[in-house]
Amino acid sequence: MTTGKVKGIIANLVTVAVDGPVAQNEICYIYVNETRLMAEVIKVIGANVYVQVFESTRGLKVGNKVEFTGHMLEVTLGPGLLSRNYDGLQNDLDKLTGVFLKRGEYNFPLDTEKKWAFKPLAKVGDKVEAAAWLGEVDENHQPHKIMVPFAFDGIYTVKSIKSAGEYTINEVIAVLTDAEGQDHEVTMIQKWPVKKAILAYREKPRPFKLLETGVRTIDTANPLCEGGTGFIPGPFGTGKTVLQHAISKQAEADIVIIAACGERANEVVETFTEFPELDDPHTGRKLMERTIIIANTSNMPVASREASVYTSMTIAEYYRSMGLRVLLMADSTSRWAQALREMSNRLEELPGQDAFPMDLSAIIGAFYSRAGYVYLNNGATGSVTFLGTVSPAGGNLKEPVTEGTKKVARCFYALEQARADRKRYPAVNPIDSYSKYVEYPEFEAYISELIDKDWLPMVNDMKTYLQRGKEIQEQINILGDDGVPVDYHEEFWKSEVIDFVILQQDAFDKIDAVCPLERQQYMLRMVMDICKHDYDFDNFLDVIDYFKRVINFCKQMNYCEFHSPEFEDYRNKLDALLAEKQIAA
Amino acid sequence: MATKAFQKIYTQITAITKATCSLKAEGVGNDELALVNGKLAQVVKIIGDEVTLQVFQGTEGIPTNAEVVFLGKAPSLKVSDQLAGRFFNAYGDPIDGGPAIEGKEIEIGGPSVNPVRRKQPSELIATGIAGIDLNNTLVSGQKIPFFADPDQPYNQVMANVALRAEADKIILGGMGLTNDDYLYFKNVFSNAGVLDHIVSFVNTTENPPVERLLIPDMALTAAEYFAVEKHEKVLVLLTDMTLYADALAIVSNRMDQIPSKDSMPGSLYSDLAKIYEKAVQFPPEIGGGSITIIAVTTLSGGDITHAIPDNTGYITEGQLYLRRDSDIGKVIVDPFRSLSRLKQLVAGKKTREDHPQVMNAAVRLYADAANAKTKKENGFDLTDYDLRCLDFAREYSREILAIDVNINTVQMLDIAWQLFGKYFKPEEVNIKQALVEQYWPKN
Repeated sequence: MTTGKVKGIIANLVTVAVDGPVAQNEICYIYVNETRLMAEVIKVIGANVYVQVFESTRGLKVGNKVEFTGHMLEVTLGPGLLSRNYDGLQNDLDKLTGVFLKRGEYNFPLDTEKKWAFKPLAKVGDKVEAAAWLGEVDENHQPHKIMVPFAFDGIYTVKSIKSAGEYTINEVIAVLTDAEGQDHEVTMIQKWPVKKAILAYREKPRPFKLLETGVRTIDTANPLCEGGTGFIPGPFGTGKTVLQHAISKQAEADIVIIAACGERANEVVETFTEFPELDDPHTGRKLMERTIIIANTSNMPVASREASVYTSMTIAEYYRSMGLRVLLMADSTSRWAQALREMSNRLEELPGQDAFPMDLSAIIGAFYSRAGYVYLNNGATGSVTFLGTVSPAGGNLKEPVTEGTKKVARCFYALEQARADRKRYPAVNPIDSYSKYVEYPEFEAYISELIDKDWLPMVNDMKTYLQRGKEIQEQINILGDDGVPVDYHEEFWKSEVIDFVILQQDAFDKIDAVCPLERQQYMLRMVMDICKHDYDFDNFLDVIDYFKRVINFCKQMNYCEFHSPEFEDYRNKLDALLAEKQIAA
Repeated sequence: MATKAFQKIYTQITAITKATCSLKAEGVGNDELALVNGKLAQVVKIIGDEVTLQVFQGTEGIPTNAEVVFLGKAPSLKVSDQLAGRFFNAYGDPIDGGPAIEGKEIEIGGPSVNPVRRKQPSELIATGIAGIDLNNTLVSGQKIPFFADPDQPYNQVMANVALRAEADKIILGGMGLTNDDYLYFKNVFSNAGVLDHIVSFVNTTENPPVERLLIPDMALTAAEYFAVEKHEKVLVLLTDMTLYADALAIVSNRMDQIPSKDSMPGSLYSDLAKIYEKAVQFPPEIGGGSITIIAVTTLSGGDITHAIPDNTGYITEGQLYLRRDSDIGKVIVDPFRSLSRLKQLVAGKKTREDHPQVMNAAVRLYADAANAKTKKENGFDLTDYDLRCLDFAREYSREILAIDVNINTVQMLDIAWQLFGKYFKPEEVNIKQALVEQYWPKN
């Protein structure tokens, strides 16, 4: 293997003189006394190799020894990933000793002792290729497929496969023969370089299946699709994290991966604390059982922050190859972009806008494109749905990270300071936000089948009311309450009903936090019915007073168990109230 | 820091800028300290045998033949119980005339806490200020700044919080404090008789600005000692972090780094995060100590989109704003823009169940009052509801929000319900029916 010596140090950028070949993105270890620091090659100029060190370089000296490993940054894939907490380099945080993170302490991410109950799926003589399912183990009630390693090229024949039984991850469970007659042993684990997408699938169609999240402003107004991409930009304090947590708790996915990328440690701790306690609405067990957390908080080394998003995506793709639905949430991609900026800055590259690297939008684009809904080679389907947050500097959506993301993400949830200031949560602006999926004919067909043909037109009507409400509000602000006809007030307050009852949702209320699709349908039909009617008012004060009472009843309904006696009671009260003023059509 | 006999002395400086100097040297470690002509400096860059040092006091008067001695260690602080009640400069040397501290020497700016060894913050820190306790409850292990204009009384409010908050140790990190403010803190703490649990690291405007870079790490190293080893509840006050960031910009500028937004270094987010993320709540197995950070970030012209407050906002768990309420002529904690992100961990759990809903309802009504005010200023007629909102807002501001009011949360909630009852009907307040039935004033 190639070795080298340290020649220069600027923060975590180290120049190394090498004695042999090195590859771009190759991993090496730098020695500081007894400690080995992991680093990655990011530039080569002549005999000078520039590496970014994933740890603090305090005390590092010129002349220190460097050992290259011959491979890129890899993750270890196999049963036992679920419910673990990893850092950006896939070290198991729970296995690390000590209160403080010790520099140079790395560990193996999986349990080598545990025996897994293996069931073979392939038989001797089967022709298989990369990612073909050889067998299955039960990992926290998820069918974890043991696959032909993704790195295997071409067609192999199964020479032998273990019968059903208990095995550890390092035991050989199958022997495969390649076209040249060479035998290859396969265990339950494999390694894969994180920066390469796993492409072992047949086809990647456009996403078309609704991914239910239980958040009305998403599912009803701007739906996200299985295998889709979305992003949530928001100035700080607009409830980005609360929204993201709600989605990760409630979304209909088999596996949830949370990449805490350069964000607050206490937020990760919240996830650590809450998820093991939270009941999974889909399985009735604990949410943590099907969750993986990749935590690289803002105070952890910057270079591994960059690695952490790739580590998460690779694990997501691995589970997708098993035919599972994976939801990957990254908070926040801006921190990842900043990590790129810090490095590009130290490399003295010519900067692009706001000192970000020139190829930033290409990097973001390539990353988002790894998500998707796929047909696997065996005809099964799997998906990686990716939702990233963006933290735009100064709340300015014209900055490079937001712009770069907007080009590739198909859903946009615009968190708005003004809504947050008025405590209208989730503070997603219903007019600026969009979901490109509603324009897909395949989604339209799917949703018409799932709910009803009139659903999308009804949602569209709702948005029209909101738009109109906003316009009228501006007119009222200019002309005054008396300056506009009473009808205008009525129309404005109809949009307020939609806002308060459909768009706003209390993430901290046990019942209102999750709104299943059936209930969303019920509420939207009810609210749209209110909007469609004309009312009999003499003056605008009556309008305000009346609709506040309407909103109050509807909101109380949101707080009640669906179709419970209280719920029906409020519905009756609401109907009585509506009958008072509604003009029969 | 005396030089030792075996240490090699270099006398050939090859480059000098306002904050750094470079020389040829061997066997030097990254981040290592050195003395340049008796001035403390730190290694920031090594290229081959060319070493660049950041000189904390500035390079004024350093000759090209200055004596340079490398000390073989990173900046460090001696920690022990003796720290309590003392005042130090940015290097951790006493400035109060007292003796030097004896204790374990710890490198400052040490590693971060493993996130799985943290506990979710869940202990209320009561301050008696309703703008904080009622609307933006603080939790131990939290980090939160005041975003303040330079003319606002933020240091007074901080001192008040320090005196009222229940903490075992209070550590003050003063960066670019005016001498007056330094003396103010010293007096307030001495007069309150609390000096014995306060440790101060102070860099005043009279000291060189680059020295400030050491202050937060010094303060937090001391805080970690008390929180980890002594299992204490530590409150760290950092004022003013804007001056810290300015010092970062000076150094990165001298090192020819490409500036990003607002001339700040591209690494500003990580640099600030390293400091603020030292805030932590340890679980009982590790002694249950905690570090809570309250900082001050001064704004220029109230602009929160500037890189310093902007990055800070993304790191800290909320932010507090002070505002002078012209209706009552007093300073209040602005209920609209202030936010404590951790408040839901204690509001309604460690406080009374109606806390979250009352808080939101009151702020919503206060917002309606603000709208009514705008309407009035634009010359429109006000509705009966508008007038009631305005009355409510005035009373709410005077009885609850003003920072000189010192009451507990139960009292705050009771007053809020009284005001709701006085001015509104339940359906205008929009609170869960069950709570309305229990708390709405009966008369």
